[in-house]
Amino acid sequence: MANPLVRVTPLGRAFDVANYLFLGLFALSILYPFWTVVTTSLASPVSLPGRGLHLWNDEWRIEAWTFVFKENAVGTAYLNTLHRVVFGTTLTLFVTFCAAYALSKHNLPGRGVITFLLVFTLFFHGGIIPTYLLVRNLGMINSRWVLVVLPAIGAFNIIITRNFIMTIDQAMEDSAVIDGASYWRIMFSIFIPLSRPVLAVIALWTVVAHWNAWFDGLIYITDKDKRILQLLLRDIVQRLQGFQTDDAMQRLVEELRAQGIEPDWARIPHRSIQAATTLITIGPVVLFYPFIQKYFVKGVMLGSVKG
Amino acid sequence: MADLSTERRDQPSASPSPSVGVYDSFATEEERAAFLKQVLRKQTVRRAWRMRDFYVLLAPAVVLLFVFKYIPMYGISIAFVDYNIVKGVLGSTWNNFKWFDWVFGDPFFWRVLRNTALLAVLRTIVSFPAPIILALLLNEVRVTSYKRTVQSVSYLPHFLSWIVLSGIVRELLSMQSGVIPYLMEQVGMEPFPVLTAPELFRGLIIAVTTWQSVGWGTIVFLAALSGVDPQLYESAAIDGTNRWQNVIHITIPALVPVITILFLLSVGNILEFGFDPIFNLYNSNVYEVIDVFETLVYRSGIEGARYSYATAVQLFQNAVGLVVLVGANQIVRRYSEYGVW
Repeated sequence: MANPLVRVTPLGRAFDVANYLFLGLFALSILYPFWTVVTTSLASPVSLPGRGLHLWNDEWRIEAWTFVFKENAVGTAYLNTLHRVVFGTTLTLFVTFCAAYALSKHNLPGRGVITFLLVFTLFFHGGIIPTYLLVRNLGMINSRWVLVVLPAIGAFNIIITRNFIMTIDQAMEDSAVIDGASYWRIMFSIFIPLSRPVLAVIALWTVVAHWNAWFDGLIYITDKDKRILQLLLRDIVQRLQGFQTDDAMQRLVEELRAQGIEPDWARIPHRSIQAATTLITIGPVVLFYPFIQKYFVKGVMLGSVKG
Repeated sequence: MADLSTERRDQPSASPSPSVGVYDSFATEEERAAFLKQVLRKQTVRRAWRMRDFYVLLAPAVVLLFVFKYIPMYGISIAFVDYNIVKGVLGSTWNNFKWFDWVFGDPFFWRVLRNTALLAVLRTIVSFPAPIILALLLNEVRVTSYKRTVQSVSYLPHFLSWIVLSGIVRELLSMQSGVIPYLMEQVGMEPFPVLTAPELFRGLIIAVTTWQSVGWGTIVFLAALSGVDPQLYESAAIDGTNRWQNVIHITIPALVPVITILFLLSVGNILEFGFDPIFNLYNSNVYEVIDVFETLVYRSGIEGARYSYATAVQLFQNAVGLVVLVGANQIVRRYSEYGVW
């Protein structure tokens, strides 16, 4: 907290002005690029942002958005991303809670060994190639499930969940034992409800991580119809075969031109399509992050608790 | 499930501990020790059986851990054999560190090591202090709504993938449409395509990664600052200190423990710069200055299918990184009470 006890000096006031200005410019350096993406996606070919600051379009068009919504590749990619988000998060939560709950029992024989094997993976790992070869040997290349199963085991998640569970008052469990509750009953009626805060944080982390993940999709998935949203965007950004129809569309446009017809949609600039796809990709995250960021902040603090 | 509710906590009365008489009846110390060991083992086995349901709970995690973490660790052995894709590792022949000779004799390896070291230095000088400075600046803001808005905005890039961010950076730098070439013009420079300029590319990567992570990085520091005892500032006011003195003598010392731990972690990751920003922004013009372990592993292993070579490169990175992390932690623990473990 800046404190009001310090006397105000001219130098101090000059610093304040400079500080507010600097922080404002810093925030703009983040907001401006995103605003340009919005204007680009809605610009007509002649009013596309040129070199320089561009805050407003002279002409607004929605063709890029219409194209993106009609294009099958986008819908397919969206569903593929949803698949990994939904199943991936569910599996991660399941595996994490079960393991964390078991490992929270001090007197479970073997607890130390398993915890060590878990934590060890935070410091040492097989690496990209051995994992890739394993997935290939398992015949899981081009399976959507590889994107769900591979990231499901996370030592960090399990350790912080375990630490949270261990802070739950032991007396509650004891009284449930006296009342004759079984292990399972105790887990479902006491520990799962009381672990909700930490599980919510992990669920949010996992959802965002799955939404943004792309490297596994790049190396394990080659089928275009299983491509996730991030990689569709990558193909567009890198001007690879973004849309399966790119070639076909180009040929069609040329045919129509030869007949003297200039179709409207052929004039949608690549940049506008890229911008619209970018916004579709980041949409859910940007819309929700102002509301969920506090849980993430909490998560950072959870993670900094010694394991 | 059996009723297991009694005996759960291993009350001493419930366990078969030997009575004093039995305890004294052994001929030698060894015999007594052996007997006690046996009893303890029996107890453990019994407890494990009683708690068997917890192993059921552990099973999914253990299976995934074994298959997707430990089998790949075993898979590292392809760095030590002439890998035969049909026969697998066991069917391949031991090759006396041929791949490591190859790696260490490879100019690409040394190029990658040099780039990684330079990036680590730049990261330590620029990216590491950036969130500390930003947190200190935010800490001086008294208009809470302004502070909160800047904070929230600064978190945004953290939530986006480098696929998205690289697209945005490309647009910003685009000669045709970007704002950066425009700003270059405004300050009297000749605009040029930054993405294909080797002399600037490291700086560019450091700049964009700092821009992306600085806001999120402030969280731990601001949390540490909110824990500072306000009485310190009050007594400083009585002593008539100015703001600068407060920052130097109260605010920054409050951050030292967090800074120590984060510095240690960053030293431990000295060989890992992060694949995403580089991979999504680089191109063959700038490989010379920006190629790092991760990108070399990707290009040689995944694109080039040189599995053994790529695994050897990553094993080097991984093993040296582990040694550095442990060493850094030892040093910090010797000189202060803060350490990661």
